Amino acid sequence: MLILALDTATPAVTAGIVRLTGPAGTAASTDTASAGTVSSDTTSAGTTAVAGGAVPVVEQVAARVTVDPRAHGELLTPHVLDAVADAGITLADLGAVAVGVGPGPYTGLRAGLVTGAALAHSLGVPAYPVCTLDAIAAGPGGPALVVTDARRREVYWATYDAEGTRTDGPHVGSRADVPEPAGRLADHEQPSPVGIVRAVAADVLAAREPGPLTPLYLRRPHAAEPAARKRVTA
Amino acid sequence: MARIIMGIESSCDETGVGLVAAHDDGTVELLADEVASSVEQHARFGGVVPEIASRAHLEAMVPTTRRAFDAAGLSMSDVDAVAVTAGPGLAGALLVGVSAAKAYAAALDVPLYGVNHLAGHIAVDALQHGPLPTPCLALLVSGGHTQLLRVDDIAGAITEIGSTVDDAAGEAYDKVARLLDLPYPGGPPIDKAARDGDPHAIAFPRGMTGPRDAPFDFSFSGLKTAVARWVESAQGRGEQVPVADVAASFQEAVADVLTAKAVRAATEAGIGTLVVSGGVAANSRLSALARERCAEAGIELRIPRPRLCTDNGAMIAALGAHVAAAGHKPSSLDLSANPGLPVDTVLV
Ligand SMILES: [Zn+2]
Repeated sequence: MLILALDTATPAVTAGIVRLTGPAGTAASTDTASAGTVSSDTTSAGTTAVAGGAVPVVEQVAARVTVDPRAHGELLTPHVLDAVADAGITLADLGAVAVGVGPGPYTGLRAGLVTGAALAHSLGVPAYPVCTLDAIAAGPGGPALVVTDARRREVYWATYDAEGTRTDGPHVGSRADVPEPAGRLADHEQPSPVGIVRAVAADVLAAREPGPLTPLYLRRPHAAEPAARKRVTA
Repeated sequence: MARIIMGIESSCDETGVGLVAAHDDGTVELLADEVASSVEQHARFGGVVPEIASRAHLEAMVPTTRRAFDAAGLSMSDVDAVAVTAGPGLAGALLVGVSAAKAYAAALDVPLYGVNHLAGHIAVDALQHGPLPTPCLALLVSGGHTQLLRVDDIAGAITEIGSTVDDAAGEAYDKVARLLDLPYPGGPPIDKAARDGDPHAIAFPRGMTGPRDAPFDFSFSGLKTAVARWVESAQGRGEQVPVADVAASFQEAVADVLTAKAVRAATEAGIGTLVVSGGVAANSRLSALARERCAEAGIELRIPRPRLCTDNGAMIAALGAHVAAAGHKPSSLDLSANPGLPVDTVLV
């Protein structure tokens, strides 16, 4: 199955086409949709698992990534179309959309979520939410600490065990409150399209109904109720 | 063959998705107009909180779109073009609508038109009263805008003749409502309270009407302060505030200045049609006084029904239909929202 992977929760504007092939006998392994050659792009996180084994194969077909925290709204859809063109496919060939739901600074994060939701709606395919920190952790294996920028001098963070399962977080807070890494430290990294799909591969292969694309804001909106009205006369 | 235009609006606190049919004879027909409002979430803050509005837009965007297609009995593949509010408005709120519109246009492989919200408030009248005569004059009054605009071509030539130098008319309503312990937004409760009041009970000032003032600009800040002073001095004397009289007299001052300036601008420019639109256009005193004064001056008055006056997606679809029919080049898919988009830029 070909999956469109999106994320706008970090300074990167990320759109990629990823091929997900399940272990023999699963629905995705029988997918015959043909696409362009698999990119040898070395930016893809992690290598693919052994084909035919019990582990799904996750391969990057094409990706467009620009690091510019102010360009999420502007560049995301052009990146999607360019990645689709690079992959030699059309949007109609996609079987699902996987979207990073943060945590991330809000304005850019929303651009990715609404783009993913609208694409999935108009293409009639499911949209899977992915915690962006899980997508960054997915891949190399081993315990990990993932830290990303939350602005206002704070960070988002989560910890993962040797199986890649999240053990704590996601949280938002000051850097001083983040635990010491027990293994790999992913500090201000961005999720790769492969990592995004790897984080939801099991759900996609099992054809599980995706949850709603709910952003992980982790903070309440900044709003104050008005104080008592000031008199204009003395 | 009619062309189906989808319109998306998210500049403030309403998530709107509209569908219209643009017919070959130039008429534009309303097919669906779905709106999800976050106004109640802002009420306790006394005004729109941008982050709350943006969050609500994201939640409502796809469900509102689904409702619009269901209401029109259309499928997404029927759409021939997507129009979206590119500005002016709240940056984070606009971004949600613009991002959604780009995704829909890309997925459906149809042109995208990023258009001006203010021009949408004028274009919407064509859905109710037929093609707009040009030139016409438009008075836009809402919580966010108070402007007099000359429209020579709704798809491209709009000129500002005057605007507020401080508060928008709707903002003044919100502030006076708060002063009178009436709920937010202030327009409807003040209108209701004013029905039982005497509009001539208190002579509140008419801002920017002096001989040296800009003839077509507006100011409502002084009026708001005058109302506050009047209420405070009544309270200082231990008197019960006559809410109905204050509301009626305040509303009279607003409607008087708005209609006097609009009619004068139309008369001086020799323009025969006035369109009054925006959320405050639903105000009963404003529409009654506009009707009276336009009739005296021999000007045709067009006021869209209240549902079309407030922010919605149908107005953006209607403007998109005009822009597409005029043959203008569609927007690029790397379009960005422009919170300060000037009124003379109809298409981005
Ligand atoms: Zn408006």
